[in-house]
Amino acid sequence: MLRESATFDRATIAEIQRAAETGIYDIRGGGAKRRVPHFDDLLFLGASMSRYPLEGYRERCDTDVVLGDRHATYPLHLSTPVTIAGMSFGALSGRAKEALGRGASEVGTSTTTGDGGMTPEERGQSKHLVYQYLPSRYGMNPDHLRAADAIEVVLGQGAKPGGGGMLLGQKITERVAGMRTLPMGVDQRSACRHPDWTGPDDLEIKIGELREITDWEKPIYVKIGASRTYYDVKLAAKAGADVIVLDGMQGGTAATQDVFIEHVGIPTLAALPQAVQALQEEGLHRQVQLVVSGGIRNGADVAKCMALGADAVAIGTAALVALGDNSPHLDEEYRALGSAAGFYDDWQAGRDPAGITTQDDELAARLDPVAGGRRLANLIRVMTMEAQVIARACGKAHLHSLEPEDLVALTIEAAAMARVPLAGTSWIPGQGGL
Amino acid sequence: MAALSTSDVAVEPAVVDLSFTGVRELNAALHAPDVADKASAWRVTSPAGRHSIAVGLDAEVDVRIEGHVGYYCAGMNQLATVTVEGNAGVGVAENMMSGTVRVRGNASQSAGATAHGGLLVVEGSASARCGISMKGVDIVVGGDVGHMSAFMGQAGRLVVCGDAGDALGDSVYEARIYVAGAVKSLGADCVEKEVRPEHLAELAGLLHAAGIDADATSFRRYGSARRLYNFHVDNASAY
Ligand SMILES: Cc1cc2nc3c(=O)[nH]c(=O)nc-3n(C[C@H](O)[C@H](O)[C@H](O)COP(=O)(O)O)c2cc1C
Repeated sequence: MLRESATFDRATIAEIQRAAETGIYDIRGGGAKRRVPHFDDLLFLGASMSRYPLEGYRERCDTDVVLGDRHATYPLHLSTPVTIAGMSFGALSGRAKEALGRGASEVGTSTTTGDGGMTPEERGQSKHLVYQYLPSRYGMNPDHLRAADAIEVVLGQGAKPGGGGMLLGQKITERVAGMRTLPMGVDQRSACRHPDWTGPDDLEIKIGELREITDWEKPIYVKIGASRTYYDVKLAAKAGADVIVLDGMQGGTAATQDVFIEHVGIPTLAALPQAVQALQEEGLHRQVQLVVSGGIRNGADVAKCMALGADAVAIGTAALVALGDNSPHLDEEYRALGSAAGFYDDWQAGRDPAGITTQDDELAARLDPVAGGRRLANLIRVMTMEAQVIARACGKAHLHSLEPEDLVALTIEAAAMARVPLAGTSWIPGQGGL
Repeated sequence: MAALSTSDVAVEPAVVDLSFTGVRELNAALHAPDVADKASAWRVTSPAGRHSIAVGLDAEVDVRIEGHVGYYCAGMNQLATVTVEGNAGVGVAENMMSGTVRVRGNASQSAGATAHGGLLVVEGSASARCGISMKGVDIVVGGDVGHMSAFMGQAGRLVVCGDAGDALGDSVYEARIYVAGAVKSLGADCVEKEVRPEHLAELAGLLHAAGIDADATSFRRYGSARRLYNFHVDNASAY
């Protein structure tokens, strides 16, 4: 009988062979593929004798959220806590950005720009648009800053905390190159550190500058990749962030080294309670809002984030899937590229048969932004309704009323990370330390 | 607010004394849609190293700051002319789009960082990372620049009349660098290039625009060897 090694399994052997062949690390899109403790390892305790549930479809369970009301004149008022994460034009086609804007606006939520600046497609379609302020500052423009509804200072991403960005030459078309002030076809490296500030003291001054430029009108978000979350959140809140975006290691990326995606950062589940603790200790929980991303797929994930203390979530990968990424209809084309429907992650390569992660006009034309937007709106509606189903079952008239007390964990690891008891016990492993 | 009142006839500069008026009020006044009609010239006194002075300007106004400024002075400037009669802190004229920013003294780190256009003149010296990620701005420094200047510079021109520190032009894209004095070391993929007549002409133009009296023929030119534009395994050690 053939016996596969657990240490040198087929994927590992294939990667060694690939590395030996090419001399370059594997770059891909998507998030961590390994199994890590996640929201699936948590369960809700529905109401019964000691708790009073709400009647589905009759009794209200509100889902609205206000983001950034600490300092800004115009905070964002969203109808659902499910927002669209920052994904760059460059990584995505203009039509994909338009579709995201259409879908999000239909259900009253926000979209976020990305590395590479603001496109008319997205600004035009997004009722609420968050403008990212990244280390590369590609396309950074004060007119766009003023045209945005919020500003997100990006310190890192869950897929690659401590890493910069990358857009391979094949996606640097004339338009992308123009927006980024780069020659066509070069591999575009975005810096991993901001060019004009370093530590948290500087960040405070930088946030002050952005507020001054925009006359204190817009909420300022700070996005961090999950690693030393407890300290990072404290420092970001003290530096004056109105909203903290926390992205766990499962979070998607358009193009990052596989070794980075799989081995740097901590799971979303482990990071979220640390962030909430940090905000609570500063007396800022619910005053500085917390947006959580990295592997959010459905309404259960949304409800669990809310119960652990998040104010909203952001979706990247799920939004792309809603637009049509990895559709079974395209299986043959995925196979021609050496992949298959359900497995396609070469978002860096620009040859996406679904026309989403590409700058090729012909491929991009395959995505109908109106139909894509409608599918995204459907997904967000379903996620919101699913979260409401759970909240009502727990007797909550608002998603934000969900609390850790509503949760138990299926595994010891998840119990320790989420700081809720192992199901059927009153045991929360690891309590007493950070 | 008395300090900000301006006469209807824009002859006298508007004067804002930052020991009485906050930076917020100053910037709000400078952002007013009709600022240039109210007063095209502004004098700011007692800046005392405050941060974010005259940021986000978007009008043809002339702002003269009489003293030292903190971080990000004239950040994201458009159209305006801002003069600092003193030294400037980190990130002066960061991400400037157009207009002119002049520092009569020295500038701290990251002067002109990521700026897309306009002219930044530092009459004294600039510290590390001058022109980092520059995207089209012209920067003329009368004295020296610190290490990693023009790091990842994408476009625009950096002129250094004195010396440059370590790793000049590291990972530079299409920015052009001119240095009259000594260069301590060149960064990855940055090489010395021939100075042709068109370069002498553009250099003379930049020095003239900056109002700096220097001999264009005494400069050497540096720029990208373009070897790192697309990953190649044989260059891995340079990354
Ligand atoms: C195609 C793609 C492009 C992305 N581009 C950016 C970006 O420009 N800036 C950024 O902060 N994050 C970027 N991200 C990360 C997302 O903002 C978000 O953190 C992540 O997708 C959330 O995890 P999820 O994909 O599991 O929902 C990108 C993600 C994807 C999938």
